[in-house]
Amino acid sequence: MRVAVASGKGGTGKTTVATSLALCLAADRTQTQPAARPDLPLFLDCDVEAPNAHLFLKPTFERRQEVGLLIPRVDEAKCTHCGKCAEVCQYHAIAVLGKKVLVFPQLCHGCGSCTLICPEYAISEVQDVMGVLESGTTPSGIAFARGVMNVGEPMATPIIRQLKKWALPTLRADQIVILDASPGTSCPVVESVRGADFLLLVTEPTPFGLHDLKLAAQVGRELNLSMGVVVNRDGIGDGGVDDFCETAGLPILMRIPFDRAIAEGIAQGQTLVEIRPEYLTLFQKMFLQITERER
Amino acid sequence: MKIIITTVSPTIESEVDSRFGRGAYLLVIDTDTLEWQAHPNPGVSASGGAGIQAAQFVTEHKADAVVSGDFGPHAFEALHAAGVPMYLFGNSRTAQDVIARFKAGQLEQVGAATRDDCHHEEKA
Repeated sequence: MRVAVASGKGGTGKTTVATSLALCLAADRTQTQPAARPDLPLFLDCDVEAPNAHLFLKPTFERRQEVGLLIPRVDEAKCTHCGKCAEVCQYHAIAVLGKKVLVFPQLCHGCGSCTLICPEYAISEVQDVMGVLESGTTPSGIAFARGVMNVGEPMATPIIRQLKKWALPTLRADQIVILDASPGTSCPVVESVRGADFLLLVTEPTPFGLHDLKLAAQVGRELNLSMGVVVNRDGIGDGGVDDFCETAGLPILMRIPFDRAIAEGIAQGQTLVEIRPEYLTLFQKMFLQITERER
Repeated sequence: MKIIITTVSPTIESEVDSRFGRGAYLLVIDTDTLEWQAHPNPGVSASGGAGIQAAQFVTEHKADAVVSGDFGPHAFEALHAAGVPMYLFGNSRTAQDVIARFKAGQLEQVGAATRDDCHHEEKA
């Protein structure tokens, strides 16, 4: 089962919720089946532009792989400058300028159309490294994987796509996967939450939180995902989020109060379940609700 | 000489458009005869790579020079590779001003991109 955590608005507590959910699942398994520990969750930090879940889960990375896209390389000796490659490219990543062909790696989406359409077979594909994938295990036994995009790269989506491909085949059928998405509702988030069995939307009860929650819920609906909401910093703002959730039929699965001690703990790299151990049970209860609501 | 100027409307009387990749029109002008033709800039509707598309237009029309208010890094790279000299129109107001000042050699030629970076939107 895959649970994706997204929010729309940044800084609402996606990672706070995702890391504690993973820890509660790990704790659950260790308590009930200490010998076998068959179901330790897999945590994927899909916020490849600014991954931060490792600060809380503290994994040791054991595997590392460069990641990128296959981009075209043109053999000038074979090229007749017919311009078909530039014409087929939807992103203007390849340009034929008189007797010159230019490739713009940062615009290329790696679709391979130029390579296929070239009548002279003058285009081959080479790897353009955009970042790195890393995986390992946390002290509590959670399998952890993340992508890290190189500074200056404009496109996160290919890295997220490959992170999922890279980490998920190692998955046992009964393993629970937590995907921590980036803020926003654009392509990287869609790629992160696509294929999830449940989408957990973390919000705060402010007009800004509500505005972006609406957008994030639209993404979830478009992707046909079962959804639930966690209201973080409960007690501030107004009743807009509650009203929206009620009208939209989105269950509020957890409320985390606006609490200075929680904020201080998180600022020191502690997880919510470490700061407030009573949340272990609350997260376990929430997970049960998720498994009931799934599909 | 054939030059291309970015303009806001499709006439030679038009005001200049300060953007290259997303300037509304590309005005193709013969500076000797003053014959001109206006083309909608193919870059305007591009989701990305607008400057590259506009640069391809410039090379396809075999222009000897191109004048705009601004050249981004991709446009600069493309036009530079194609060997098309780029000029800034400075405070010229209309295409006609630009032509007069171009002929008088009063326009500044561009040796590097005039902007550091493009805004890259996710397009995947």
